[in-house]
Amino acid sequence: MLKRQLNRSIWGNFLLFLVLAAGGLFTSLPFLYAISNAFKPLDQLYLFPPPLLVTNPTTEHFVQLAQLASDFWVPLSRYIFNSLFVSVTATVGHVFLSSMAAYPLAKDRFPGKRVIQKVIVMSLLFTGAVTQLPQYIVMSRLQILNTYAALILPMFMSSLGLYLMQNFMVQIPDSMLEAARIDGAGEWRIYWSVVMPNCRPAWLTLTIFAFQQIWNNNGNLYIYSEELKGLPSILSSIAAGGSGIARAGVSAAASLLILIPPVVIFLITQGSVVETMTTSGLKE
Amino acid sequence: MESAAKGQAKGRARPGRLRRGWQEACRHKTSYLLMAPYMVFFILFLVIPIIAAICLSFTYFNMLEAPRFVGLLNYQRLFLEDKIFLKVLQNTLLFAVITGPLSYLLSFGLAWLINQFGRYMRTFMTFLFYAPALMSNMFFMWSYLFSGDSYGVVNGMLLSIGAIREPVQWFSDTSTMLPVLILIQLWASLGTAFLSFIAGFQSQDRTLFEAGAIDGVKNRWQELWYISIPQMAPQLMFGAVMQIGSAFGVSSVIMSLAGWPTTEYAADTIVTYMLDVGNTRYEMGYACTMAVFLFALMLFTNKVITNALRKYSID
Repeated sequence: MLKRQLNRSIWGNFLLFLVLAAGGLFTSLPFLYAISNAFKPLDQLYLFPPPLLVTNPTTEHFVQLAQLASDFWVPLSRYIFNSLFVSVTATVGHVFLSSMAAYPLAKDRFPGKRVIQKVIVMSLLFTGAVTQLPQYIVMSRLQILNTYAALILPMFMSSLGLYLMQNFMVQIPDSMLEAARIDGAGEWRIYWSVVMPNCRPAWLTLTIFAFQQIWNNNGNLYIYSEELKGLPSILSSIAAGGSGIARAGVSAAASLLILIPPVVIFLITQGSVVETMTTSGLKE
Repeated sequence: MESAAKGQAKGRARPGRLRRGWQEACRHKTSYLLMAPYMVFFILFLVIPIIAAICLSFTYFNMLEAPRFVGLLNYQRLFLEDKIFLKVLQNTLLFAVITGPLSYLLSFGLAWLINQFGRYMRTFMTFLFYAPALMSNMFFMWSYLFSGDSYGVVNGMLLSIGAIREPVQWFSDTSTMLPVLILIQLWASLGTAFLSFIAGFQSQDRTLFEAGAIDGVKNRWQELWYISIPQMAPQLMFGAVMQIGSAFGVSSVIMSLAGWPTTEYAADTIVTYMLDVGNTRYEMGYACTMAVFLFALMLFTNKVITNALRKYSID
């Protein structure tokens, strides 16, 4: 696991490993708890003090979850559809719009470029929660509150994506674009067939960032109809359905199922994410 | 296209420059066209909301009637009359001052630690520490861990070792609420900055470390201080900006675990109080005043911190 490198002592390695292990345990506590609860038989959930480990795993909570799901006021399939539809549309739109905008910002010099870049960096500060209320007012004027548009459209302009994309595109060699220009390709053509294939890690990163944000969003302020909400909102319905511990197993089971998609996507894209973040630095 | 106008307006009022600017803008028409779709949404969902908030902060507005101009009345109320605002401002600063720097240092420290390991271990560790941000709904599980009855794991353990006599109501007791929420927020806060640091460490110039060893760098601490950190200035700057954004925006963890509003506003932040005033009481004008205050606070913090980092990276 550990290669002896320059300036590395065994004791140092050991110490660092201990620190990491402690941190890792704290980080994974809720996940371990969810896993153990999801497979723990109901009678063990009532034990005192609460055991952390499972002795005889059961799938009864998953079965109960399926039964509960069929009793939901809004069918489970609708939640799944909402989550998938909103995540996919928002993610695809976000990746395309921000890569289109990132290309000239990275590779062209035009009047107003510096101003736009400054504004984008400043807007990195104003993420999500902080601008929620003013956004709510504007959305109510646009009459898109309580529609899919209220969930999808704001995601199109997430400036983190544009920023990362732009920084990544800067390192594409100009000679490559020049060659395409000499071959007679227009800017749109260059964007699509030269730039995009060369920044695959960047758009994979944007994909996971956008997807994780939308997938975990449970409808918030802009949505009040249950029919428009996504999967995370079933967690609260399950918890609300029974008092505390009685539903702990089922909601643990549900939350485990919900976290599968972002985990799978992240594991696939992790290499690309790290590659993209290499260029994330803010210079000035 | 408005960017074209912006570029044009930036040139001095001399007609020659104006015309040149315009011609220059026309030559780059495709660039503006490529940016246009993004910019439409950017203006619609960020620029306009911020401008609207500034304008509405001088009005009484309840979403039903047209806004009525009230001058500085909202600001007067915010700073002089509203006792709850003082409370939530205090909480906001507490959250920001604790979770901001701490999770920044944690992100950096963990990224550095992880970087000491081989490839597979590194991949696994990155995933492990990023997991809370990736699956942010899992903070839900903390409500069972810190459940108010004796079935809660934390209560159960404390009861069984005799540290407490009766279960603690973690999320409704005004004295435990804030520390517990800060802990959970910290758990969830290793996000984009963390990934940026990981990447920063991985992309460092290896030859510098060898050169450093020859020049007398003795251990990894010196290596970190003299070689790694100076190379990471851009990532550190980016991380700081992202961290400020999340440290001041703490809200969903509070709202879903401790309620909305929390008992006696003991753990509310400006964001949750603003949503309470705006969405429950429909006092949008006043809520916008708070938004404007928060924006100013964040911009100010950002200015201070980036200046300090810049100074450090030049020295």
